[in-house]
Amino acid sequence: MLHRLLTLIRKELLAQLRDPRSRRLLIMPILLQLLVFPFAATMEVKNNVLAVHNLDSGSASTELLQRFAQTRAFPQMVFLNSDAQVRTAVDEQQAMLVLQIPSDFSRNLATGGPAQLQAIIDGRRSNAAQVAFGYVQTIVDGFAAERGGRIPSRLEARNWFNPNLDSKWFLLPSLVAVITTLGCLIVTAMSVAREREQGTFEQLLVSPLTPAVIMVGKAVPALLIAVVQASIILSAAVFAYRIPFQGVVALLYLAIVMYGLALVGIGLLISSVSATQQQAFLGVFGFVMPAILLSGFISPIENMPEPLRSATWINPVRHFLVIARGLYLKGFDAQLVWTNAWPLLVIALLTLSLAYVFFKRRTQ
Amino acid sequence: MPDSLRRTWALSRKEFYQIVRDPSSILVAFVLPLILIFIFGYGLNLDTARMRIGLVVLDQSTEASRLASAFAGSPFIDLVPLDRASDAARAITAGAVRGFVVIQSDFSARLKRGDTAAVQVVTDGSDPNMAAFVSAYVQGVWAHWLDVRDAELGLPAQAGIAIEPRFWYNPAAISRFFLVPGSIVLIMTVIGALLTSLVVAREWERGTMEALLSTPITRREFLLSKLIPYYLLGMASMSVCWIASVTLLGMPFRGSLWALWGVTTLYLAVALGGGLLVSSVLRNQFNAAQAALNIAFLPAVMLSGFVFEISSMPAPVRAVTYLFPARYFVSSMQTLFLAGNVPRILLVNCLYLFAAAAVLIGATAYFTKRRLD
Repeated sequence: MLHRLLTLIRKELLAQLRDPRSRRLLIMPILLQLLVFPFAATMEVKNNVLAVHNLDSGSASTELLQRFAQTRAFPQMVFLNSDAQVRTAVDEQQAMLVLQIPSDFSRNLATGGPAQLQAIIDGRRSNAAQVAFGYVQTIVDGFAAERGGRIPSRLEARNWFNPNLDSKWFLLPSLVAVITTLGCLIVTAMSVAREREQGTFEQLLVSPLTPAVIMVGKAVPALLIAVVQASIILSAAVFAYRIPFQGVVALLYLAIVMYGLALVGIGLLISSVSATQQQAFLGVFGFVMPAILLSGFISPIENMPEPLRSATWINPVRHFLVIARGLYLKGFDAQLVWTNAWPLLVIALLTLSLAYVFFKRRTQ
Repeated sequence: MPDSLRRTWALSRKEFYQIVRDPSSILVAFVLPLILIFIFGYGLNLDTARMRIGLVVLDQSTEASRLASAFAGSPFIDLVPLDRASDAARAITAGAVRGFVVIQSDFSARLKRGDTAAVQVVTDGSDPNMAAFVSAYVQGVWAHWLDVRDAELGLPAQAGIAIEPRFWYNPAAISRFFLVPGSIVLIMTVIGALLTSLVVAREWERGTMEALLSTPITRREFLLSKLIPYYLLGMASMSVCWIASVTLLGMPFRGSLWALWGVTTLYLAVALGGGLLVSSVLRNQFNAAQAALNIAFLPAVMLSGFVFEISSMPAPVRAVTYLFPARYFVSSMQTLFLAGNVPRILLVNCLYLFAAAAVLIGATAYFTKRRLD
C-alpha cells in the first residue's frame, strides 16, 4: 500500500516538474516578484510634487515653504501663478497636492489672528493624497507651534514589531501567504482537471488505488511546492531584506502545512466541479481574488461591515495571514498560533471530506 | 474576400458558442465582476474607521481620568480598558488591539512641569498603515484635550494655522471611488489575458490546432476569430461593470462613454494580444495560465497604481511600471470616472496602449505563422 502511494506521489511530482518550462514557471516569477513587489507595495508617500499657489508676499509664507523644501515627501516644488494653472496641474496630475496660501496669511499670523491655508488634493489618488495631506499638516503644525512659542504638544508613538513602520516588513510575511495560496491551489486544481481533460483520471480511478490514496497523491506534491515556495520567500525576507524573524521556524512550517491542507481541500473541491483545465483555473481565480481581498491584506477585517466580517472566518487566507505576520514579526508562541490555526484544520477537514465524497462517488 | 469573411465568421461563431456554453467564462465575465464590485463597494475600506485601542491608566488623578474619558469619547476609537501594561503587551501581540496608551502614574505631576513624556503610546507596527492611523487618532485626542485644558485654565488660545483640505473629484475622499475603476481593470485583465491564454493552448494540447492547420484558413482569419469573440465578451463585461458601478455604488462618471469605449478597446486589444501570445508560445494550458497570471494579472494589481501609489516607488520599480499596460488603463479609468475627459492624460495613455497592442498582436501573428508553416 505504502509502495503504491509512493509510486503515485512520484508520478505526480514527475508530471508537475518534468517539463523544465513548468519548473521555471513555478520558481522564476517568485524571484521576480520578490525583487519588485516589496518596493512597489508601499503606503508611504514620497517623491511627489508639491505645487504652491502663493498669494501672500509676507515673510511667514516664505518661512513655511522653506520647511517643505526639506521633506522627503515632496522633493520637488512647483510654483503656480493663477487659478487656471492650479486646475491644469491637478487635472493632468502634475502635482498630487496644491497648497494655496491666501494673501492675508502673513498679516493674520503677525496680528495673532487665525491663519488659514487651503490644500487642494487629487481625489483620484485619495489614499496617497490623504497620507500626503497628513505630512503637510504635521509640517504646518510644527511651524505654528514654534511661532506660538508653546511646547509642541506631540506625543511620540513607539511602534512595536516594526519600529520604522517599513512597509516591506509588512509585505514580505504577507507574500508568504499570498504567493503560496496561488501556487498551491493552481497546482492541485489543475492537476486533477488535466487528468480529467485527458481521460487519464478514469484510468486512475479504475486502478487498485483507493480514492483516499489518489487524494493523498494529489495533495503531497502541492504541499511540497507550497513549502518550497514559502521557503524561498522566507529566505529572501531574512537574508536579502534582513527582516528579523521573531518566532519559531518550526511553528511556521507546521502552520504552512495546515494552511496547505486547507488549500488542497479547496483545490480538490474546485477541480471536482470542473470538467476542464479552463474551468479549474478560472474557478481557482474566482476563489482567490475575493479570498485575498477579504483577508486583511489590503484593508483590515475590522473595517468590514458585519455579515461580511463574520463570513471571512471561512477564508483560510485570513487566518494564515495573522499567523505568518504574527510569527514573523511578533514572535507568536504556540498558544497564539493554535488560536489562529485551528480554523484552518476545520476548513481542511470540511473541504477534504467533501472532495473525498466526490471522488468516492466517481469510483462507484 | 467573401470566402475569407465566411471562414472568419464561422470560426468566430464556434468560439462564441464555446464561450457561452462554458460556465467558467460566464463566471469570469459576469459573476466575478459583480462579486468584486460588491467587495470593493462594501467590503474594503481604506478610509479611517473605528479602531480598537487599549488604555492603561496608572494615575489616580482627576486629570488622568479626564484624559481617559477624552479617549473614550473619540468617535474613531473603540477603547479597550486594560489593567496593567503587561495585559496591553499581550493584547497587542495577539492582535486584540491595534495600539495602546499608558497614562503613567506620574502623569499629573509631570504635566504641571510641562512635560508630556508620561503618556506612552505604542502601535502595532506589523500593519504600518493602521499604526499610522493609531498615532494620528491618539494625537488628535491629545491635542484636543490640551486645548480644552488650556481654555479651562484660562490660558490664551494658541494662534494655530488651519488647513482646509479640498478633495477635488472626490470631495468626501471615499476610497471606493478610486478602487472601483481599478478593480474594473483587474476584471478586464482576467478576461483579456487569462481566459484567452488558455484558449489557444488548449487547441494545441487537444490537437485541434493541427486540424485547423489542414484547412485553408489564413493567419489573419485565425487571429480575428479568436480576438473578436473575446473582445465582445470583454465589452459585455465592461457594460455590466459600468452599470453596476454607476447604479449600485453611486459612482460618478464624468468622462464620455466614447472615451471609455475607445480606451477599453485598446486595453482589451493589449490583453487579448498578450494572452494569445503566451498561449501560442507555450502551447500548454498550465504553463500559459501561470505565465499570464505573472505577466498580466499580478502586475495589474501591484504595479498599476491601483492600490499602491506609483510615484512613491523607487526609480527602478517606477521604470518597470511603464512596461505594464495596466498602468495606463488604471490612470485612464480613474480619470474618466472621477475627473472627466482630460485630453492630455487620455491621449498619452491611449498612445502607449496602442503601441503595446500593435507589438503584442504583431508578435502573436509572427509566432502563429512560424507554427503554421
